[in-house]
Amino acid sequence: MKATVVNDVRLTFPSVSSNEAFARAAAASFCAQLNPTYDELSDIKCAVSEAVTNAIVHGYRDALGEVQLHMTITDDRVFRAEIKDKGCGIPDVEEAMRPLFTTDPENERSGMGFTIIENFMDSLRVVSAPAKGTRVIMTKKLSMLPRVKG
Amino acid sequence: MLEYENSLKSITSGKCLTVYLEGDIDHHNARIVRSKIDTKLYIQRPGELVLDLSRVNFMDSSGLGLILGRYTKAVELGILFKVANPSPQIRKILDLAGTERLIKIENAPMSAKRV
Repeated sequence: MKATVVNDVRLTFPSVSSNEAFARAAAASFCAQLNPTYDELSDIKCAVSEAVTNAIVHGYRDALGEVQLHMTITDDRVFRAEIKDKGCGIPDVEEAMRPLFTTDPENERSGMGFTIIENFMDSLRVVSAPAKGTRVIMTKKLSMLPRVKG
Repeated sequence: MLEYENSLKSITSGKCLTVYLEGDIDHHNARIVRSKIDTKLYIQRPGELVLDLSRVNFMDSSGLGLILGRYTKAVELGILFKVANPSPQIRKILDLAGTERLIKIENAPMSAKRV
């Protein structure tokens, strides 16, 4: 049976670094309605922060562009986030997803962003085309709520 | 987050410089924190640098980059380097990157965390 979407939000914001904190706070607020555990909420905040930072730092580099954050929750308690930019794109997605791979070591980028998303979420998909942009899609199924006695 | 514009709390005890990171360590904040720590390192030239993370609420891979970068800088300058009191969430990020192979991570008892 296909899960039904119970909530759906779309946010669009400029690629300025102060919006990294905004985006993860928005993701945390959106998820709060599912009563996540502290660990689940921390994982989601971190994963969204990584993808939004990638869009700002790598997608648009020094230029200003638009970042879209599309989040949904389905009735099977799955949180899904799609982070989209229309920046420079990734020429080799497989290489970019390798742990410790970075194109920007001078600025102390650790190259661990995608690895962190993969580990903290249940699924990660990256769709990118040079000069067109990048879409990062992640999902996480939240644990069942504890049963209330009585 | 303007908290890092003003000050970065630190304590010097003998040859050991302990820097207390606070709040959110993301890409937005990492740059300014990095330059403040490096300035302290070059001016003070301590024998040991400890980055205390007990007051950090959030950290992502930008914070990891900051920690690994300070480790590299400390090695260059011949300074011992340690990370103290990461939260379980931060510990997960440090472990994913295999940080422990390079960097000593210490957890002080709760009573010793307050300055």
